[in-house]
Amino acid sequence: MFVALRDIRFAKGRFALMGAVVTLITTLVVFLYGLTGGLASAASSAIAGLPADRIVFGAPAGAAPTVSFSNSTVSPAQAAAFAGAPGVVSARPLGLSMTRLTTSEAAATVSVLGTDAGLLPPLKSGAAPADGQLAVGSETAALYHLTPGRQVQVGPAKLTVSGITEQRSYSHAPTVWTTVPTWERLSGQNQPIALALSTSSGSDPGALDNAQGTKTVAVADSLTGINGFDAEQGSLQMIQGFLFVVSALVVGAFFTVWTVQRKPDIAVLKAVGASSGYLVRDALAQAAAVLVGGALLGGSAGAVGGVFASSSVPFDVSVPGVAVPVTVMVLLGLVGAVLAVRRITAVDPLAALGANR
Amino acid sequence: MTLSAVQTRTGLALREVTLTYPDGESRMTALDRVSLEVAPGEFTAVAGPSGSGKSSLLAVAATLLRPDSGQVLLDGQDAGALAESARTALRRERLGIVFQQSNLLASLTAVEQLLVLESVRGGRPRAARQRAEDLLASVGLDGSKQQRRPHQLSGGERQRVNIARALFGSPSVLLVDEPTSALDHERGGQIVDLLAEITRTHRTATVMVTHDRDLLGRVDRVLEMQDGRLR
Repeated sequence: MFVALRDIRFAKGRFALMGAVVTLITTLVVFLYGLTGGLASAASSAIAGLPADRIVFGAPAGAAPTVSFSNSTVSPAQAAAFAGAPGVVSARPLGLSMTRLTTSEAAATVSVLGTDAGLLPPLKSGAAPADGQLAVGSETAALYHLTPGRQVQVGPAKLTVSGITEQRSYSHAPTVWTTVPTWERLSGQNQPIALALSTSSGSDPGALDNAQGTKTVAVADSLTGINGFDAEQGSLQMIQGFLFVVSALVVGAFFTVWTVQRKPDIAVLKAVGASSGYLVRDALAQAAAVLVGGALLGGSAGAVGGVFASSSVPFDVSVPGVAVPVTVMVLLGLVGAVLAVRRITAVDPLAALGANR
Repeated sequence: MTLSAVQTRTGLALREVTLTYPDGESRMTALDRVSLEVAPGEFTAVAGPSGSGKSSLLAVAATLLRPDSGQVLLDGQDAGALAESARTALRRERLGIVFQQSNLLASLTAVEQLLVLESVRGGRPRAARQRAEDLLASVGLDGSKQQRRPHQLSGGERQRVNIARALFGSPSVLLVDEPTSALDHERGGQIVDLLAEITRTHRTATVMVTHDRDLLGRVDRVLEMQDGRLR
């Protein structure tokens, strides 16, 4: 890095400009990454956080089952078949619907998840709900001043808060938890929409699906069954992808121009015995210094901004949420730089003696 | 690639070297069966008009061009028989080149122009700093000037850094390309005197290409180049 570092010190303005571009793009990518994670969590944390490994979807009679929480329904016979199958540790019913929660001070849209106590998020206070009761997430409880024992209107029914759980949400609405019979009463449905399976090594969900006319997928794959989840995540990930590509192109363009400007110096260094390998390594070290510096600054700015943003928008602030985009920015930038600095190998050292001899 | 450190210094020898360039559908002969031997400690000038082949001779001797035929021997090693990477190593370890324009790197200080060669050789530049400073002082550039970048130095000072850089690897062959073209007469004379002294003290086989006939009285031997032939 002998020449690389001195070039950076000498051409401070140019490298600062390039570093600033990397910083800004990284900040934007970290913001988008956090927003994508936050929105994913707001859309799906009630399902993604279930202590189960598979979700079973059914379909109304005559229809083929699909991965869709809004179209699925599971009959008691199907539920019983899964519950009694070899390798199935538990097959718990899931009921899901959207409704309105009303207190004396406010009203809000909530997602109601009817299941048994085994699928409840960890309780922070109170107890798991019995029939006629519900458990609410901690943020919901704080927002609407809900405490165990307080009565609230949930859709058509008046329910009593039994406990406070960790916060979960579904389809961007905070989730409240109740029993399946209470959920059936609230939603007007008479059977659950899905099953949450916990399985051991001896289970064969495929065979059960064939026999029962159901579709079983891993919990992570079931999230695509949430309305709008794929479209929302896909759009944000596409923007991230474009930003990564733009970054690689910008870095590649900068180092292409820089390499062309350095051709006389490269020719001299080759003439005095520098190998192409030495010069390429030096140039890549220079690119890495700019990329790592810019990306770390951008990652830090994105993380700090994300902490502030998370109070008003769904934003996932985490170490991977910063480390992954920063790492991808550096790696893709280096790809752009490699394509640019490979021109070094073509520089003729004869040029150091004069171009037209 | 590292060349043998114990190889004997025998200087530069060109034997029956012919070099041609494409010229339309035919080829133009730049060097026509040129033979030349320069012993260690000998300062040889090659003079001639523009287009006579002086620079082609220098490029072939510097292993930057491969001749059509003939041999280029540096300390007895035939450069023509070497692969590209080996020729690069040969330049690194046996050759010093004083360029026409000083060709200094804009981002490096005078002393760093020399230390970069230590980095190129895989050594530790910091450990070679004292040697680089001593070498610069020996060509008349000392004190704070060693910490200046090229644009902060005069033309004569840049040429002295150029010479010190060429000497840094203790080369056995020193090739000098029109060293005074960017200098006034007085400074040009001082630079050639310095090269003559270096040739004696460092025992380099020095070949200087020039069109400035006023300088020729300061060298050991003068060869004339005309239409690609040496006389």
